[in-house]
Amino acid sequence: MDKVIQVKDLTKRFGSFTAVDAITFEVGRGEIFGFLGANGAGKTTAMRMLCGLSYPSGGSGTVAGFDIVREGEQIKRHIGYMSQRFSLYEDLTVFENMQLFGGIYGMSERDIRSRADDLLEKVQFASQRDTLVGSIPLGWKQKLAFLVATMHSPEIVFLDEPTGGVDPITRRQFWDMIRQAASEGTTIFVTTHYMDEAEYCDRVSIMVDGHIRALDSPQALKEQFGAKNMNEVFVKLCR
Amino acid sequence: MQIKLSSFVKKEMLHILRDPRTMLVVLVIPVVLILLFGFTVSTDVNHIDVAVCAPVRGDAVRKTVERLCRTDLFRFKGFIDAPDIDAHLRTGKASAVVVLADDYETSGHYQVVLDGADVNTARVSEGYLRGVIGGGDQDLFVLQQVYNPEMKSAFNFIPGILGMIFLLICAIMTSVSIVREKETGTMEVLLVSPVKPAYIIVSKMIPYLLLSLVDLAIILLLAYFVLDVPLSGGVWNIILFSVVYLVLALALGMVVSNVAKSQIAALLMSALVMMMPVLFFSGMLFPPDNLPWALRWITYIIPARWYIDAMRKLMIEGVGLRSVLLEGGILVGETLLLLAAATKRFSDRLEG
Repeated sequence: MDKVIQVKDLTKRFGSFTAVDAITFEVGRGEIFGFLGANGAGKTTAMRMLCGLSYPSGGSGTVAGFDIVREGEQIKRHIGYMSQRFSLYEDLTVFENMQLFGGIYGMSERDIRSRADDLLEKVQFASQRDTLVGSIPLGWKQKLAFLVATMHSPEIVFLDEPTGGVDPITRRQFWDMIRQAASEGTTIFVTTHYMDEAEYCDRVSIMVDGHIRALDSPQALKEQFGAKNMNEVFVKLCR
Repeated sequence: MQIKLSSFVKKEMLHILRDPRTMLVVLVIPVVLILLFGFTVSTDVNHIDVAVCAPVRGDAVRKTVERLCRTDLFRFKGFIDAPDIDAHLRTGKASAVVVLADDYETSGHYQVVLDGADVNTARVSEGYLRGVIGGGDQDLFVLQQVYNPEMKSAFNFIPGILGMIFLLICAIMTSVSIVREKETGTMEVLLVSPVKPAYIIVSKMIPYLLLSLVDLAIILLLAYFVLDVPLSGGVWNIILFSVVYLVLALALGMVVSNVAKSQIAALLMSALVMMMPVLFFSGMLFPPDNLPWALRWITYIIPARWYIDAMRKLMIEGVGLRSVLLEGGILVGETLLLLAAATKRFSDRLEG
């Protein structure tokens, strides 16, 4: 399989504290890669290095074919990013948000319009195109943030706890969107604390204290740890 | 792949236009301040109640009193006797008493007794009285106030208001708006995108710069047509000088936004570091020369001081750009320093 993320011995130190300790993994094109771990295990730090937000202290890697140390700017053009904090502009309309981010990624006005209509149509949200984001429900905002992150058809989308505080039904719809995007060839790199979501991933890695302690498909992990579900796997590893 | 600055500027414009509070601050406050300072808050002294004590009333005395009555500055309250002076001042029947000597006719000696309870009025009355009485037929004493002969306080306040409002809009509002994006997390998303951080900053500055120019226009129009400030140094010079100051204020806002972690912090920092010094050390309220030497040194680094000085020269004295080269040079220098400091601190990788 074509590898879109390759990381070897990636390390991040803050002073004497090692947040990410020599992690090594690969992610294939179109894969949904779950990046799990307890709070403070180093997930977010690792992800920031992959997105070019933070320089690694050691190790090497490529994202979308570009070096994470030297070609951060190139990486930024080929990825989408959705942060754990809701990060659309509340005082702009749904379409204005899409327009802004489309423009940031260099899309033409015509491409932005057709892509936006297309995406909104797919999630049956076209009627809210000109509603201020501040006045739509949280669940919809999160779905919208995902659409905005994929506006420019990036190769990889990084989702940092995208479903925090969202009800189970909306979460399921959200994951339908993720799977839809993956089936179209977008690679999904997602962190989450919901173990039922981990089951949806093609492969899952679990980080403990800066190390990757397990990395396999959910099915294989459950067999390996003799667990009924991912929740048990997680608890066994992290305790 | 090209990133359009315009889509960013448009977004910033929408933020501003859709926030009623911002619009209020930008459009209403300058007008209110100008009218407030121009009309109500005024240190102008008019209609000073003056009584005259003159035991011998000859020709010279009569002429002096006529001169007093001729101007709007004074209201003549009649002749009084020496023992009543104190009572008149106490009861407020007069706030100044002019005592003309018995031999006023020949010597021109006179005395002014002032109600010192209101120091400001007393000081101004003294000046006026000296001018009017002393400047008699023989012109024993001539006081001439050039550039602002009626000592209208609006003339003094307008440069100060400009200096304050531009800091408010450019420094405070831009820094708060940048820090707001850090707080809500949108800054993170922008930094993950291929947009250069400089673009983000520049596109934040442009709308506030435009708004400030609108404010400048409003204030200059009000100053010229409503308050009769002469603007004799040339409108373009005033605008040119103001743009330099605006860029400086924007750079100041950038520095604050780099340091501040929250909107509240940005606001407090701006208020303490910028507004207070402008009020006290810029010469807007107190002349810097009256301050103790330690504080006087502080005024030398306050940009608003130089801006206000230059604006007074350009608006009221009517001198050309050549006379404000020193002020301009200092402002440009400070702007470059602040811009260097601001860009040095800005990092496109959000560490930590």
